Amino acid sequence: MSALQWQLATVTALRPETPRVKTFVLHLPYWTPHRAGQHYTVRLTAPDGYQAQRSYSVASPPEQTSQIELTVELIEEGEVSGYLFEGVTVGDQLEVRGPIGGYFVWEATPLAGPLLLVAGGSGVVPLMAMLRHRHRSGIHNATVLLYSVRTPDDVIFYEELARMAAADATFTLLLTYTRHSPANWSGYQRRIDAAMLAEAVKLAGSSPQCFICGPTSLVETAASSLQAQGIPPVSIRTERFGPSGT
Amino acid sequence: MQNPFFNRGFQRKRPAPTGHVLPPGQYETQDFPVLSAGPTPRIATAKWSFALDGLVETPQKWNWAEFNALPHQDLTVDIHCVTQWSKFGTTWQGVSLDTLLALAGPKQEARYVMAHCYGGYTTNLPLADLTGGKAFIGLLYDGKPLAPEHGGPARLVVPHLYFWKSAKWIQRLELLADDAPGFWERAGYSMYGDPWKEQRYRDDDEDQAAAGL
Ligand SMILES: Cc1cc2nc3c(=O)[nH]c(=O)nc-3n(C[C@H](O)[C@H](O)[C@H](O)COP(=O)(O)OP(=O)(O)OC[C@H]3O[C@@H](n4cnc5c(N)ncnc54)[C@H](O)[C@@H]3O)c2cc1C
Repeated sequence: MSALQWQLATVTALRPETPRVKTFVLHLPYWTPHRAGQHYTVRLTAPDGYQAQRSYSVASPPEQTSQIELTVELIEEGEVSGYLFEGVTVGDQLEVRGPIGGYFVWEATPLAGPLLLVAGGSGVVPLMAMLRHRHRSGIHNATVLLYSVRTPDDVIFYEELARMAAADATFTLLLTYTRHSPANWSGYQRRIDAAMLAEAVKLAGSSPQCFICGPTSLVETAASSLQAQGIPPVSIRTERFGPSGT
Repeated sequence: MQNPFFNRGFQRKRPAPTGHVLPPGQYETQDFPVLSAGPTPRIATAKWSFALDGLVETPQKWNWAEFNALPHQDLTVDIHCVTQWSKFGTTWQGVSLDTLLALAGPKQEARYVMAHCYGGYTTNLPLADLTGGKAFIGLLYDGKPLAPEHGGPARLVVPHLYFWKSAKWIQRLELLADDAPGFWERAGYSMYGDPWKEQRYRDDDEDQAAAGL
């Protein structure tokens, strides 16, 4: 079966990540290995035949076989995220097709160079697949995740990221809180800007491969600022999640 | 194809957009989302140029002032992005491809076009899809100069195909005898991209042999 035909996946587990984000573990009858960063399309069908499709990045690494994990943020008034969040439980079926996308992808190879990942909100999902893939591959290229969230409640995958950072000296987690930060926080407390990106680049080392994912405005700011710091455009890959310009 | 499967309790959240027919799998948005693979190139109009060459009688190249001196048209079109959004009634001002092609004179054997862009993006289209009022180079969007993130200073607009064919930051159109995949097409996207036939990916193309596979 072609990767791009629709298949009926079964929800085998649900994991709350934050008050507004849930991970869906889907068992696929026709699983094919994806590349870290790729996404699937989810198609919902109403009893009257109405259909809606949206893209969701795979959060799990390709090393995790026969299933994929999708991590979905509940969008206010969202048609598809709202249904997934409220209406889907373990044992339910969902129509999906994928994996899709051949550009916003990263391969863990022994020769992989420095990696700079920049995320806003649920934009961390495809980057998490890259980090998990890197972790499973056991490679130790210098890697930095600069991750912008509103509040401490909004950090998706916090424990796993903190564990990865503690166990691996070659991985640095840089969080920035744009609305309010934890008590005694001494790190960043503002939107991602040029100074912050310059520090992240310095930590990653010379000429990192950059992946940026999140709301359009964050992606625009980060991509043009990295370019202004001399990183060639071919080393900057971007994925924009939502139409919202927040 | 009949689809017996449905999601219990799922229903349309917003009323069907009135007066507009959506292609399959699309939803209507009032926003103008941005999709591109890398950073937004910023091209100063003083340094901008646009060329029409390849299999043409008289290769053409315009600078910003020359291009803006060509006859402009007002256009109102619906656009459909492969990431599932559609936007109805977008208003543009630009130069019709018919105007440009008349100046260059396509050769007999020209059948396809490769669009080349600032930043290195490419996309392929049949020449027939750029003629007969079906395509233009957009300069103004909603009455204002086209913003860089939407492809400014100038973008190819081919509204009847998925919007990735409407190459942003257009720099050159090259007429070719044979079809060849561009940037997203090499990554598995459709060679043609008809939203009404839902040709999103290469697997969706009607005739994969004709698409060079
Ligand atoms: C390649 C790709 C990968 C994606 N991966 C993920 C992922 O891993 N996890 C994830 O949660 N989402 C992801 N998205 C976004 C996702 O596809 C949907 O756009 C999102 O879930 C909203 O759909 P909805 O039907 O719930 O909302 P809609 O009913 O479509 O929209 C409801 C309202 O919210 C606004 N809106 C739509 N999307 C967003 C957004 N992302 N942020 C803020 N406002 C929005 C709309 O303008 C509208 O006003 C991805 C998008 C793309 C293009």
